[in-house]
Amino acid sequence: MSMQDNAGKRPVRLLRNLNAKIASIPMIATALVVFIGCTTWTVVYSFTDSKLLPRLNFVGLDQYDRLWGTRRWLVSIENLAWYGFCSMILTLLIGFTLAALLDRKVRFENTFRTILLYPFALSFIVTGLVWQWILNPDFGVQQVVRDWGWTTFTFDPLYNPQIVIFGILIAGIWQGSGLIMVIMLAGLRGIDEDIWKAARVDGIPTWKTYVVVIIPMMRPVFVTALVLIASGIVKVYDLVVAQTSGGPGIASEVPAKYVYDKMFASQNLAQGFAASTMMLVSVIIILIPWAYLEFGGKKRG
Amino acid sequence: MKTLSKLLATGAFLAAGAVHATELEVTHWWTSGGEAAAVAEFAKAFDASGNTWVDGAIAGSGGTARPIIISRILGGDPMGATQLNHGRQAEELVEAGLMLDLTDIATEGDWANVVNPTSLLDACTLDGKIYCVPVNIHSWQWIWLSNKAFADAGVDTPANWSEFVAAAPALEAAGKVPLAMGQQPWQSNGAFGVIAIAIGGQDLWNKINIDKDADAAAGPEMAKVFEAAVVARQMASKSRVQDWNQATNMVITGEAGGQIMGDWAQGEFQIAGQTAGNEYECLPGLGVNEVISTGGDAFYFPKNDDPAITAAQKELAKLMISQEVQVAFNLKKGSLPVRGDIDLSAANDCMQKGLQILADGNVMLSGDEVLSADTQGQIEDLMVEFWNDPSYSAADAQAAYAAIIADAD
Repeated sequence: MSMQDNAGKRPVRLLRNLNAKIASIPMIATALVVFIGCTTWTVVYSFTDSKLLPRLNFVGLDQYDRLWGTRRWLVSIENLAWYGFCSMILTLLIGFTLAALLDRKVRFENTFRTILLYPFALSFIVTGLVWQWILNPDFGVQQVVRDWGWTTFTFDPLYNPQIVIFGILIAGIWQGSGLIMVIMLAGLRGIDEDIWKAARVDGIPTWKTYVVVIIPMMRPVFVTALVLIASGIVKVYDLVVAQTSGGPGIASEVPAKYVYDKMFASQNLAQGFAASTMMLVSVIIILIPWAYLEFGGKKRG
Repeated sequence: MKTLSKLLATGAFLAAGAVHATELEVTHWWTSGGEAAAVAEFAKAFDASGNTWVDGAIAGSGGTARPIIISRILGGDPMGATQLNHGRQAEELVEAGLMLDLTDIATEGDWANVVNPTSLLDACTLDGKIYCVPVNIHSWQWIWLSNKAFADAGVDTPANWSEFVAAAPALEAAGKVPLAMGQQPWQSNGAFGVIAIAIGGQDLWNKINIDKDADAAAGPEMAKVFEAAVVARQMASKSRVQDWNQATNMVITGEAGGQIMGDWAQGEFQIAGQTAGNEYECLPGLGVNEVISTGGDAFYFPKNDDPAITAAQKELAKLMISQEVQVAFNLKKGSLPVRGDIDLSAANDCMQKGLQILADGNVMLSGDEVLSADTQGQIEDLMVEFWNDPSYSAADAQAAYAAIIADAD
């Protein structure tokens, strides 16, 4: 109070932190134009019959009707659901386990950390190609095991339509868990050493300390990790292109690939827009309840 | 290091020397051995005219390259010239006024009379103006057979589709793949198209693809086609290669009995030093219905503000359709020339067969000419699923096919 009295008149709210506000104008403009503007444009044109070039000839929900009547799209959605569900759980589980192991003050921790993080430095295309070779039944894992003498061994996920999405999942997890491990490790390092000491004094077993004390304390870290994994799931495209091109048949198609193929290869912009709008809608459906739980309601300390 | 700097110096020298000539970037997707040799003929002829051909080959296939080409044109970064297939792929680009009008040089070169069949020029024409140069005729309707594979299996090389089907068990017993097939979507789609024209005949094909008659697509004639395709799927079930030229290579090495593929496969046999009638045989229309489609490649010239580039574009257009370049290019490419007035006695047996069919007028339009890219894409999706899923029955596939034809535009 006395500070304000000394300063005399209370400054205009809009002009407070003027520099910071000016500095953030480009970011706000980008967000409005690129995110809101382009999204709106896409949604509007998804109700038209645009082919190679966008045109405003509205056809109602025709594009959506066709979309949900297309087998390829339904397969894509199903694949994304499986990939997303498994990738979310496994990446978190593997990432956290590796981080916890590294956090037990092992020798050569730096070396292990580097090795485990390396896959993340590779692009999805390279990862996809490498795993395409490893999983190739003629010179990959299957052949190696057969050369050892187990001649009936079969492991060809990329050539089996029933499980092909899990072949892609393997590559996705191999690539993604390193990053999650590093984030988790940073989180674990942020836990006060005294908490460990207190737990030890109370005689709580290590695993139980992790489950009931450490993990709840790392909630913000888990949220960050979840957001990173989720965004990776929705946009999965290059892995599929590099590993299977959507094959065998259409068994490993994903929504992002459908959007690309319709927009560019089939010269049917509106159909691609309709598909990408559906992707956006599904993200929003998941995001809004979560954001409400996380940020809404009463502010947490 | 020394070699590197030498190379750089040479490069700089070459670049400096080329200042006066107009550079024209030409994009295309001809990257396999035979194709690259053919496109080099264009480059040679264009360079000889005092201009510079900047090669913009895009690896992959048309499916990969076309989106790149189209987005460059739409994005305001047009190349000097670009390959596209005849037909409706560039329809909207032309309508939007993005392509150079070539009517003046077409009149000058009397294209209306030299181009044979005339449907090729029709596919380049919009509202009486000509927007592209057809450079070759490619037909899909061929099966390539390996004499070695059949000799190894102890059977005669078949002369038509039903003999081929009958020989399949012998091939399998000899450890061969009866039918080689790549996994790219356009290959699945193309092979089906060939089977459709061979088994169903041209009237049926026209009814479905030109008149978009969904009843015909669902009818009993088409059911036979789908049953034949199921047999072909069975024969190709052990083929695991991706690219078409890998599949052709299986035929070249005698690992596979045959491959249904367009006449561009011929260039691969040529590069491998094989000749028709000795190491391999070719059957147009699967030996049943000898017709060939007259689709093919054409070059489009995106509009450019620079008059020097426009002049070079017209120069290149003239060259591409000239008699000498047509002969040189098509011999390497294994495709048929677009002019009826040139001598191709140097062509091999298979090309002679094609030329004869062309001269007899047994020609049909190509899928690219009659169906929109969107419909083609839908059929492609269906075919990819059908060829790869052994449990996808002929009847189900036919029903899905008829539904697509009913919605086609």
